[in-house]
Amino acid sequence: MGELAAFIILAIVTLLPAVVVVTNRNLVRAAMSLIPSFLGVTGLFVLLGAEFVAGIQILIYAGAIAVLILFVIMLTEGGTGLAVRQVNEQRQWGALTAGILTAGLVVILLGTPWQITAGTLPRSNVEAVGIALLTDFVLAFEISSLVLLVSLVGALVIARREQ
Amino acid sequence: MAPITWLIPLLPFLAFWLILFFGRRLPGQGAYVAVGAMVAAAVLSIGLFFRLAGGAETVHLSVDWLVLGDRPISLGLQVDPLTAVMLLVVTVVGSMIFIYSIGYMHGDPRYPRFFAYLSLFAASMLFLVLADNFLFLYMGWELVGLCSYLLIGFWFERPAAARASLKAFITTRIGDVFMFIGILLVFVTLGTLGFRETFEAVENGRLSGGLLTLTALLLFGGAVGKSAQFPLHVWLPDAMEGPTPVSALIHAATMVAAGVYLVARLFLLFFASPGHEALTVVAWVGGITALMAATIAVVQDDIKRVLAYSTISQLGYMMLGLGVLGYTAGVFHLMTHAFFKALLFLAAGSVIHAIGTNDIKAMGGLARVMPSTYWTFLIGTLALSGVFPFAGFWSKDEILLAAFHRNLPLFIIGILTAFLTAFYMMRVAFYTFTGAPRWGTGTGGHGAGSHAGSGPHESPRVMTVPLWVLAVFSVFIGFVGAPFLGNPFHQFVHAEGVEALPPNLLVAGLSTVVALAGIGAAAALYRWRWVSPATVRRAFQPFSTLAERKYYVDELYAWAVVRPTIWATRVLRVFDLYVIDGLVNLLGAAIVGLARLYRVFDLYVVDGVVNLTGWITTKLGSVLRYVQTGRAENYLLVIAAGVIAILIGGLLL
Amino acid sequence: MQVGLNHYLVVSALLFGLGLFGILSRRNAVAILMGIELMLNATNINVVAFNRYVAPAAVSGHVFALVIITLAACEAAVGLALVMAVYRNLETIHVDEINLMKW
Repeated sequence: MGELAAFIILAIVTLLPAVVVVTNRNLVRAAMSLIPSFLGVTGLFVLLGAEFVAGIQILIYAGAIAVLILFVIMLTEGGTGLAVRQVNEQRQWGALTAGILTAGLVVILLGTPWQITAGTLPRSNVEAVGIALLTDFVLAFEISSLVLLVSLVGALVIARREQ
Repeated sequence: MAPITWLIPLLPFLAFWLILFFGRRLPGQGAYVAVGAMVAAAVLSIGLFFRLAGGAETVHLSVDWLVLGDRPISLGLQVDPLTAVMLLVVTVVGSMIFIYSIGYMHGDPRYPRFFAYLSLFAASMLFLVLADNFLFLYMGWELVGLCSYLLIGFWFERPAAARASLKAFITTRIGDVFMFIGILLVFVTLGTLGFRETFEAVENGRLSGGLLTLTALLLFGGAVGKSAQFPLHVWLPDAMEGPTPVSALIHAATMVAAGVYLVARLFLLFFASPGHEALTVVAWVGGITALMAATIAVVQDDIKRVLAYSTISQLGYMMLGLGVLGYTAGVFHLMTHAFFKALLFLAAGSVIHAIGTNDIKAMGGLARVMPSTYWTFLIGTLALSGVFPFAGFWSKDEILLAAFHRNLPLFIIGILTAFLTAFYMMRVAFYTFTGAPRWGTGTGGHGAGSHAGSGPHESPRVMTVPLWVLAVFSVFIGFVGAPFLGNPFHQFVHAEGVEALPPNLLVAGLSTVVALAGIGAAAALYRWRWVSPATVRRAFQPFSTLAERKYYVDELYAWAVVRPTIWATRVLRVFDLYVIDGLVNLLGAAIVGLARLYRVFDLYVVDGVVNLTGWITTKLGSVLRYVQTGRAENYLLVIAAGVIAILIGGLLL
Repeated sequence: MQVGLNHYLVVSALLFGLGLFGILSRRNAVAILMGIELMLNATNINVVAFNRYVAPAAVSGHVFALVIITLAACEAAVGLALVMAVYRNLETIHVDEINLMKW
């Protein structure tokens, strides 16, 4: 019962700020709302027994990305003021499409008979992830490190001010 | 060894293209490239020469080029002793002249182009002497003619140079047309262009009698033009308008000798003509040319023109030698002459470079100022005069020996020419290098040199070193044909069927005496001044005037050829103007009318269709462009809608 | 009532829908990037939930999530750099004003 209560609270913590993120006309507020949403997702991860992923989620999303977004909002001040219209003219069409898609997704997801396996997670979650990363998924691991490097250089090159 | 034969003409040819395209960016503005290619060709030629001299077989490379009907034309290169000698002369003398040119042409605005032309010339000349067939020979023949034209007119800003280049080109072409007819005659009769096949056919009697004599004489026409023999000799003196290295290389040592080479190469054709008729013609043309040019040379005051007439005279001498069956003698004289005449021209160039004029009356006393030039010029003069033991003595002696045995009148002409040769050469030497200076201070600088200095001075080392090298050759090269050494040159180069003549001390003595007499006469007139030259000139009237006016040959051509040509041109011009132009204009008007008609069709029918297509495309595009909004969110919306469509499709199916 | 797989899937679908709506309705490029982040989060929830309920012994779902987070970081860095570059060159970050792709 306690698990359900925790899940409901975390779902609300995740979804409510997300609504603010996509609807609020104040961009700074929207960006700030991202943080509780990310934290809610973190809580869901913990609830799902993925402690390591939860830690990474806090570090990367709640820490780095949110801050980065706030930075950019400040740097591009001309486009983010309160007086500026923040929504485009296809908003209602977007809402309709998103709604239909979500409804469709929910219907499909709930209608699919998933094969639930009764089992337990490995006790030491972090260790298991580390071993998996360096054995079965070593290629993916190396490639994502390469992608990180490339995007680092690419971001520098693109964002650098030209002489 | 055989494959590298190709390399010999190829090296200067590559140098030509390199310099043409990269010119000033190459080391030494291209001069070093040209010199390098030439020296490399010289090294290869020397190697080839010694292989042949050591008894190796004749090199012969050939491929079937094309088949005309049932006549395969095979083309290739060959190196026999005659070719080896020519290769040696062309590359060694050429290298020296190339090096000399670095100094002589220094500062010329078209410096790289000069070396490009020189390289092209060297390549063509080497190609010419390597040819084993009439076609290649003719190609090389025309190419050297072209280079000669380009190089005589190298300073084309001067009208005289431009005219001289045209004159040289056209005059030699007259001879070339005869030669071309001769080549066609050979091809039509024998169906081959190869020398070897031709000689075999002549030996088998497939080409004989009057036709053979005619063919030989037609081919000799080319030699007359190229080697400046009477009556086509008029271009060579004018060709002296070119830069002096050009005169030395093309108009003394190599290209003009190509005519002699041609006769030597085709000696069998001349030899086999009934009663040696063709050879007799060659001998007489040579003899007349030799004597006539020598007499003109005596009265010339331009140092280069004296040398030009001397060259004509000596070429005549070679022809004479070949004509009296002195095959070896003619070729031998060709070789020695190439060395000492190149030397004389280069030395004269050095003088001109220093003093800035060609007139020997404006020189004098240069021996003290330019010792190297003086001594080398003197060596060249003695060699040309035929003084023992210089190179000219041996070769001239052989020609005289052959003439003595076979044609006494020509022997007398030869002796007279020898006397005149010694006389006019020493005259130039005395005028130029001895006596009181007749140049004022401040004279100096040349069209190419242009360094205003305080009076004449010795040329730079890059010019004097080639002079000394050629001087050494001029002294010693004659010994390869010395009878008391067994005449190794004769062992190497000789014609089949001509018996060797025993050495004759009487002839040798006579020629030496004549040469010394010529030198003495010149000294008496111009050094010690016992008699005034003007008195002598009056005493020899009307011959001296005749010689001064060059026997009126130019005037004769002007009257007999140029004037009728101009008259015919005028008549043709009128015809051209009214008849041909009228026809052309009529045709033009008709075509314009047709074009007008077609224009209407074009304007309304063709253009209409094209415009309709364009209009339809434009309309279609302006409808479709609304789909392409250029806005990312619209595209995103469509993507999302697409996903929904797929979803619905998946649920329905 | 136990918390089952379906609960998580519904939450993730809703989060995904919200992100999609953000992307479709916003005209500010930064806001669009925020929408993308939400969608990525939804995916992560999905993956981790499947890992928990379908194959609890393996940790491949966690590895997927980590890779996705890594790529999300890359995407955010490059995307925001692009936004900066666009802002500098075109003086706007409103995507409906950026129509260089038109015609």
